[in-house]
Amino acid sequence: MPQLNANGIRIDDTFAEAFPMRATAVIITASTARWARQAAQTMTGFATSVIGCGCEAGIDCEIAPEETPDGRPGVRVLLFAVSTTELQKQLQNRVGQCVLTSPGSACYSGLDADETLKLGNALRFFGDGWQISKRFGDRRYWRVPVMDGEFVCEATAGLTKEAVGGGNLILMGAGAQSTLAAAEAAVTAIAAVPDVIVPFPGGIARSGSKVGSKYKGAVASTNDAYCPTLKGSGKSELDGDIGSVLEIVIDGLTPEAVATAMRAGIAAIVALGPERGALRIGAGNYGGKLGPHHFHLKDLLP
Amino acid sequence: MTALVLGLREIPAQRLDLSPLVPDRLAGASAAEIERVELQTTRERVCVGDLFRVRMGDVQRIHFEGGHNRFDRVGCGMSVGEIHIEGDVGCQAGRLMNGGKLVIAGDAGPWAASGMKKGLVEIGGNAGERLGGPLAGETTGMRGGVVIVRKNAGARAGDRLRRGTIVVEGDAAAYAGSRMIAGTLMVGGRAEILPGYLMSRGTIVLAGKSDVLSPTFVDCGVHELLSNTLMAAFIRPYSPALAAFVRRPLRRLMGDMAGIGKGEILCPPA
Repeated sequence: MPQLNANGIRIDDTFAEAFPMRATAVIITASTARWARQAAQTMTGFATSVIGCGCEAGIDCEIAPEETPDGRPGVRVLLFAVSTTELQKQLQNRVGQCVLTSPGSACYSGLDADETLKLGNALRFFGDGWQISKRFGDRRYWRVPVMDGEFVCEATAGLTKEAVGGGNLILMGAGAQSTLAAAEAAVTAIAAVPDVIVPFPGGIARSGSKVGSKYKGAVASTNDAYCPTLKGSGKSELDGDIGSVLEIVIDGLTPEAVATAMRAGIAAIVALGPERGALRIGAGNYGGKLGPHHFHLKDLLP
Repeated sequence: MTALVLGLREIPAQRLDLSPLVPDRLAGASAAEIERVELQTTRERVCVGDLFRVRMGDVQRIHFEGGHNRFDRVGCGMSVGEIHIEGDVGCQAGRLMNGGKLVIAGDAGPWAASGMKKGLVEIGGNAGERLGGPLAGETTGMRGGVVIVRKNAGARAGDRLRRGTIVVEGDAAAYAGSRMIAGTLMVGGRAEILPGYLMSRGTIVLAGKSDVLSPTFVDCGVHELLSNTLMAAFIRPYSPALAAFVRRPLRRLMGDMAGIGKGEILCPPA
């Protein structure tokens, strides 16, 4: 594959192929930042990939009390799914099971959009008739009595159909430690970019997948071309000096947000250099035939 | 562009229907056409030009120099723009408003903001009885928007309130929030007998004392409700004092148990 070079790191002349997704955002608040984070982490657990989790979700950012609707510490969570129906189901289940149950929590829409999903409008039934609707201006809230007081939840959350899932960077390094260091640097840089999440554990996937499998019924299987232990198999995309590969998957509310996040990640990896980090950066695609969004690495170099 | 100014020449000899003088209905009209608009409620014809000096301006902003309690239905049905009145108005000011802003410097008569759906009504003086309430035969009162009364409100303020927020910074006469269906009524001063009489749902905030609270409201204890933070943030631009009040721990009384009892009165703990 043709390659570019930045600060001694080989950059594949390729692109990340990404797909349109449905997305929503919610703001979770609590009496302390710790409990807002706890609710958000619980809600976004088991949400790494739509392949097996129904949605991809993660924490976008923490929000200062003066910027949240109720003046308490907050966390903004993004959820992505392949259909509006699935996104609605995931939002309702995750907020219902993980945020409603969390001490002192409240939940508000984190995205202003023309289209909406049910949030409190779906969860209000937990109130068993004791729930109270309050409308202040253009915003409607539900107050659901719970054992520590009331769960306050906005009636709806914004829905966008312009979201993008599957932006990615493939980091290739000499060993596991240096490759992980590069990935961590990239994830730290991406965390500062608004409107994106990196849904895998700590933002990093070590088991990148390809579409399909030799086994019937499996929709995805290991990306053998990037497995260092299979370098001799003949299908490998890895050079001789590569001993470890990690992937960062990026979902964003807009294509621009994904591009910004990829640019920030590449810049962090390049700044770390090949001795302490990755030797090579690539990206996953399907030949450009499946996803309409193509993020070329050469356009994202620092 | 300056506002359209209507300067009052003399006290009207009859009650007048000022509902034609709203931005929606005056759009595109010339000064001469505005002067020919009829306002009478009797057989004696009264046109705008007979009663007001018309200084043409932007009809989206109408300024009445002078008011009178014979000015009925001011701002009735308006959906855009602003109307300012330097003085009092009669009954049904802002009735069925669907947007825009109506500012009355003086007092308003009965049924102000009756059936209002959207927008803002600010009454600098007192409001008459049945603020926001329905007329005879109607099933619901105010259905949205915000009403601010800087002084006192007459009996049955917020009667059959369906949605929206009413803030009375002064006292409220008897039966404030009677038969409320939903929405929010806030009273900064004293409430006379039986606030929330037969209310189904909704919230009444009483910052001052009430003469007689109905025994059909049950005490649910003192709480610091998170939803009051949202309420405070919403009303702070209109009434900072009441916004500060609702941030405190408040006693929650649930009722009216003579009805379905899903409403609440929030009042000081003691």
